[in-house]
Amino acid sequence: MKTPRLLRNGIAVAGLVLILLYVFISVISFFWLPFDPLAMDAKQILQSPSFSTGHVFGTDEFGRDILSRIMKGTSVSFIISISATSLGAVIGIFMGVWAGYLGGKADNIIMRFADILFSFPSLLLAIFIMAILGEHTYNVVLAIGIVYIPQFARISRGAIIALKGNEFIRAAKSNGAGRSYILVHHLLPNITAPLIVQISLSLSTAILLESALSFLGLGVQPPNPSWGNMLSSARKVMMFAPWTAVYPGLAIVLLVLGFNLLGDGLRDMLDPRLRNVR
Amino acid sequence: MGKYIFKRLLSLIPVLIGVSLIVFFLVRMIPGSALQMYMGTQVEATPEQMEELKRLFGEDKPIPILYIEWVGNLLHGDFGYSLRTGRPVLPDILNRLPISLELTLYSLILALLIGIPLGVLSSLHQNTFGDFLNRVVGLIGLSLPQFWLAALMVIAFSNSSGWIPMGNYISFFEAPLKNLKMFFLPSLAIGFGFAAVVMRYTRNSMLEVLQMDYIRTAKAKGLRYRNVIIIHALKNAILPVITVTGFNAGYLLGGSIVIEEVFALPGMGRLALYAINQRDYPVIQAIVLVIATLFVVVNLVTDLIYALADPRIRLIEEKR
Repeated sequence: MKTPRLLRNGIAVAGLVLILLYVFISVISFFWLPFDPLAMDAKQILQSPSFSTGHVFGTDEFGRDILSRIMKGTSVSFIISISATSLGAVIGIFMGVWAGYLGGKADNIIMRFADILFSFPSLLLAIFIMAILGEHTYNVVLAIGIVYIPQFARISRGAIIALKGNEFIRAAKSNGAGRSYILVHHLLPNITAPLIVQISLSLSTAILLESALSFLGLGVQPPNPSWGNMLSSARKVMMFAPWTAVYPGLAIVLLVLGFNLLGDGLRDMLDPRLRNVR
Repeated sequence: MGKYIFKRLLSLIPVLIGVSLIVFFLVRMIPGSALQMYMGTQVEATPEQMEELKRLFGEDKPIPILYIEWVGNLLHGDFGYSLRTGRPVLPDILNRLPISLELTLYSLILALLIGIPLGVLSSLHQNTFGDFLNRVVGLIGLSLPQFWLAALMVIAFSNSSGWIPMGNYISFFEAPLKNLKMFFLPSLAIGFGFAAVVMRYTRNSMLEVLQMDYIRTAKAKGLRYRNVIIIHALKNAILPVITVTGFNAGYLLGGSIVIEEVFALPGMGRLALYAINQRDYPVIQAIVLVIATLFVVVNLVTDLIYALADPRIRLIEEKR
């Protein structure tokens, strides 16, 4: 059997392996955790990492096991980044595809709206939306999703415009195919490549955005563990208990790195212009 | 060029109107009015006093009128009053703006100083171990949360005096060297990820340019290697780097919000977070508006620099 192209790309494979490792951890966390991630233990406050106590990554200022909290936080990160990216992608692609396909006035209105959303730095926009909606996990998804709308709209619009003039689209039209039919059967399948790359990179940015929001106290609320709010509470104690800050941060870096590697590998693979460059 | 600048300046107007609309209406989506929040549950007021307060808070008119009045006030430099301190918002923002701007600019310069040379080196030694290492470190740089890097810096440098600001801010005009030292780590924390972006763009763009015929010609003419790389290749390869720098200046400005919090620097970001915690919406509204406007202006300046650097763009735009 021929190896799929994705697996021949070393960078993408490295990314995929990292992501699968996290998926595995996240699945396990539903069935088994070394300790209860919410259980406080006054006798175990700020224990340094050690195998003999069983607290491999140490404990936090409430005596909670850091490894268990990181494991629990894995699913939180996955759920938020996947839902936020899906939200932004669905709305953004819908807007971008119609704008690109219809052209004219509709295009102008939709894209000006996207431009305006684009005039806010993404973290600022997310913080602003959180300030308005209030601190809640659902709102984190909504805030990051809104930030992503213009990005997906721009990419899909560009791809549709590049595609629209092609002969096979005109052929479909002269065969009597309707607008929606052409969109679904001819245009959408042909713009998946840039969108897949964007989705992979968006998943990584979503994890960073969520952790930044939670770090600022605007995202996932304690006592529920998220990597960002673990770092936030670590700030008070990290000078004498650095492990409280080091491990949750590492958890973020490795998963984000996984998505970035996958995105890079996919781009190498799917974007023929870059293939010769690298 | 003059015509081009004028056209681009004109295109700012609808974008800024859109930004102000979004800021204005999003803030109005908050449940409960500013007046209710101000009053809390403890204060009682007679109907006449309520009318007066409503007028003061501008809640006695329909929303479109309020928007127009608000924009009119903005144009006169009146950004509203803080619900907590009662002070006008604008002076507070202008006091803190220099800190956030210095962080942004400093981190931008650091990122370019790190990213461009490394990108050029990587492209000249393509597919060597050094290139590989560079790219891996670059990808890790992209994956680091800025605030985590900042926290690690605080842990590592807390004993070295002068590197961590922690509450004793010194302005650049008081003591330039002390200020630059104090801002170095925060700026590095903000700019590190962007240095990776710059490195990757410079590398890819250099690799493309180095394949061009005119580079071979320049080499064949016997020009000095260093001159070919710097004058002939880099000058053209830098164009995409300029664009990505402009787009990311806003991202650096956003990053400064979080980093100011970690290093306890009294910039706009800290003011914003404080205002969010206090539900001080006029302050939040004004800060978001100021940062978004800065961001739009930076993007415009990027376009102009781009047009200056590449005459082709200027010509196309002027013909349109």
